[in-house]
Amino acid sequence: MDSRLLHDLKKLLGADSVLHRPEDLLLYEYDGSVEVARPTCVVFPRNKQDVLGIVEIANRLKAPLVGRGAGTGLSGGALARRGGIVVSFTKMNRILKVDAENLFAVVQPGVVNADLTATVTHLGLHYAPDPSSQKACTIGGNVSENSGGPHTLAYGVTTNHVLALEVVLPTGEMVLLGSQAQDAPGYDLPGLFVGSEGTLALVTEITVKLTRNPEATKTLLAIFDTLDDTTQTVAEITARGITPAACEMLDGWTLRAVEAYVHAGFPLDSAAVLLIDVDGVKEAVEAQLEEVVVVCKAHRAREVRVAKDAKERDLLWKGRKNAFGAVGRICPTYYVQDGVIPRTKLPDIIRKITEISKRSGFPIGNIFHAGDGNLHPLILFDGRDKKQLRRAVEAADEIIAFCVEMGGSITGEHGVGMEKDRLMPLVFDEEELDVMRRVRDAFNPTGILNPDKILPMSKGCGEIYSQPLPAAGGAPA
Amino acid sequence: MTTASKTAAARLPDIVAAENAISDPAQLGAYAVDGIKPGAAARPGSAEEVAELVKYAARENMGAIATSARTKLAIGMTPKRYDLAIDMARLDRIITYDPHDLTLSVEPGLLLRKMDSALAEHRQFLPMRMPYWNRATVGGTIASGVDTPMRHFYGTPRDYVLGMHFVTGEGARGKSGGLVVKNVTGYDLHKLMIGSLGSLGIITRINFRTFPKPPATRGFLAAFDSADGAIDLRHHIAQSALTPLSLEILSPRVAEIFTSSAAAQVEPEAAPPKMLSPQHWTLTASYAGTENVLERYARDLGRMANESGAASTAVLDDTTRPSVWGRQREFIPIALESSPAAMIVKMAVPPMRMKDALAILAREAEAGGLPWAAMARGLGVIYFALLPQAKSEETLRRMAAAANQILAAGEKLEANAWIPWCPAELKSAVKVWGVARGDFAEMQKVKKAFDPQGILSPGRFVGGM
Repeated sequence: MDSRLLHDLKKLLGADSVLHRPEDLLLYEYDGSVEVARPTCVVFPRNKQDVLGIVEIANRLKAPLVGRGAGTGLSGGALARRGGIVVSFTKMNRILKVDAENLFAVVQPGVVNADLTATVTHLGLHYAPDPSSQKACTIGGNVSENSGGPHTLAYGVTTNHVLALEVVLPTGEMVLLGSQAQDAPGYDLPGLFVGSEGTLALVTEITVKLTRNPEATKTLLAIFDTLDDTTQTVAEITARGITPAACEMLDGWTLRAVEAYVHAGFPLDSAAVLLIDVDGVKEAVEAQLEEVVVVCKAHRAREVRVAKDAKERDLLWKGRKNAFGAVGRICPTYYVQDGVIPRTKLPDIIRKITEISKRSGFPIGNIFHAGDGNLHPLILFDGRDKKQLRRAVEAADEIIAFCVEMGGSITGEHGVGMEKDRLMPLVFDEEELDVMRRVRDAFNPTGILNPDKILPMSKGCGEIYSQPLPAAGGAPA
Repeated sequence: MTTASKTAAARLPDIVAAENAISDPAQLGAYAVDGIKPGAAARPGSAEEVAELVKYAARENMGAIATSARTKLAIGMTPKRYDLAIDMARLDRIITYDPHDLTLSVEPGLLLRKMDSALAEHRQFLPMRMPYWNRATVGGTIASGVDTPMRHFYGTPRDYVLGMHFVTGEGARGKSGGLVVKNVTGYDLHKLMIGSLGSLGIITRINFRTFPKPPATRGFLAAFDSADGAIDLRHHIAQSALTPLSLEILSPRVAEIFTSSAAAQVEPEAAPPKMLSPQHWTLTASYAGTENVLERYARDLGRMANESGAASTAVLDDTTRPSVWGRQREFIPIALESSPAAMIVKMAVPPMRMKDALAILAREAEAGGLPWAAMARGLGVIYFALLPQAKSEETLRRMAAAANQILAAGEKLEANAWIPWCPAELKSAVKVWGVARGDFAEMQKVKKAFDPQGILSPGRFVGGM
């Protein structure tokens, strides 16, 4: 089976576009999560015809198919849970069209998020969704996961910026969903496919909206001596109807890790900081900034610094966006979670996380998209110790269960993937999951595309070629 | 009455209380769609009763249409069959509202106005100032896919609906999203429900993110001798730093229909001021903020309007703005009331093609000798109303010809063009849903997953789904 598969794929794509030796596959066993799964091979299509050919071969030989961008995902979405073919889109990385007047661009899925913005900067435009991994992650991956980022607080997540998708369905058809103009009559298929975590189709072309750069942006760093004051500040900013472009929280532990790495001037002795952007026309920015400062001071901010210029602003943001990397310098393995809660519950969840940290003995750093109520607790553990991994996952599960109890959800932007499918019953009952299953099966009837993701395994996943799950492994070193 | 319909009437009291099961033909007239009356109507009081009603309809293979205020049932094709009306008006509760978190969960039968009042108590709102404002419900507004001038800044319900509960065509309870502002847990099924005319499921709960009310709002009007001048100003504003809440272009005849007695019936606000002139194209914009921000907008908009050759401009405050904005919100019902055989074409184009699109629309209307009025949203979404003075076979024939020409021209412009409203007699002569799209087979897959027997809103949606 494997030899036939490799033979046919090599014939289609050329031998250099098919990786299959164990040492070549190693990288593709991982993404940014703690999950591990080995594919049979990795292929690199150069165009949509290649993708169609790959899907044809996969169907003929009953080999599972999994799309992959840069592999920065945090829920195992791009891992071959049942083996088979990983389709890496890194060679389909061209920006096909920029229409500055009508504010859209057409890109291939392998285009790196930050590259699109870099390409349109001279036109005074940007692509709004800005995941922290934006220098590496691809727009195709963003579409699959419906990725967010700090500035999605004001600008919305990926789905709010996708007009149309060209996709190859697992059944072999190529289809254009949506259109460059607004309001295509019929069902909102781009709305369904964005965020479907690669379980409904492989995406071959994406039409995204471009956004005009704001006239003015101010970045403010508010420094607090207690976590409670910090979270209360966020709750009040929300309650007062102030709408910053971004509102991020880093706790003291994370700050110190970041400062040692980035030297952004974060205070080493504080309990937490808020990093807040306000943008718009300059008159509105001044008014908003003033309001934010008032709220921070009312909640005993020790100091409120406003970045003097773009250089200072970029440095502060560099600190935030490199936070995971900074933590990685201290501890080789961490487990990052992605729960969401109503913003009024921020003080409660912080108390809960502190308690769980104390009880479990794991240090837990906190980086939140606070304005959205989206948490990223980082649980630090020793990846070489399998027992520790299991206990770290248990601690994370407890945080997630508490989020759901507070009226929240299990993932805000990282996706369910193969990491949280078992937690789906916390949010959806069997009848509700079954409706989702039917929708998946309508497009992915044999389950050949990204099998065993999102929906907990229960109903038959079709007769697909599969190999046993590798034993739960350590995290990326 | 079909056999299925007779059964419908007989068995309903097993599911809803007798007073909520309607079989009296006189009462059923109120539920008619394109002149077709259902065999029975039921008014469920809970999501469970909705599920029971749909299961029952599925078992008996009856066509069912969910409705409540019945203001937008004319959208889409004539139903293939219609045995049971499911009247959602009793499901009208606010389930939870957390003003501090800016989230809201409501039942579909809630009136838009009531929702607005509840939010206003906390100086919040939803950008759902939609047509039929005085009567429409939240569920019907979402399911019919109508829009509002405010979408220019706030987007459409797709951008602020956080989740939904619904009942599928098999009576199964479905759910997606949640009540938090950021969430990727499971498939975004609620996006499919928006604008689906109830053809996939019956919505039983809708979750929203709400918005703070801006401190003050103003309106701006600029009159032009031609459409091109107004569109040039639209482009100018789009390339500036300004982010208006709404931006629309009205054709000269709009001023006329807005001051008619038909308009006064639809929208009780005072008639708009004289500056909306029947001799001019008018660009309207609204913007909000503190005093400094308002001054900046007034200054910049005035300057850009002059540069684009405006004949006159005006700034509207809270005493004058509602008169214009109320009618703009009600453009569709006002247009429908303004003619015995109104047809409204919706054409969405990339904004730079608005001039071409408006020119084609006007040309085809005039070729057919048909009076027309246009409201073009700044995002490129044009509502174009054909307003014949009489309804005769001859006018209907000319309207069908114009509509088909427009749809053909729209295809060349890469527009999304269709005909949401037209006289029922024309529905077989024109392509109500526009030319067939390449993703129709995928839409059919969705329909089949939700409603395998095809009992929900049968035949009304795209391609007769």
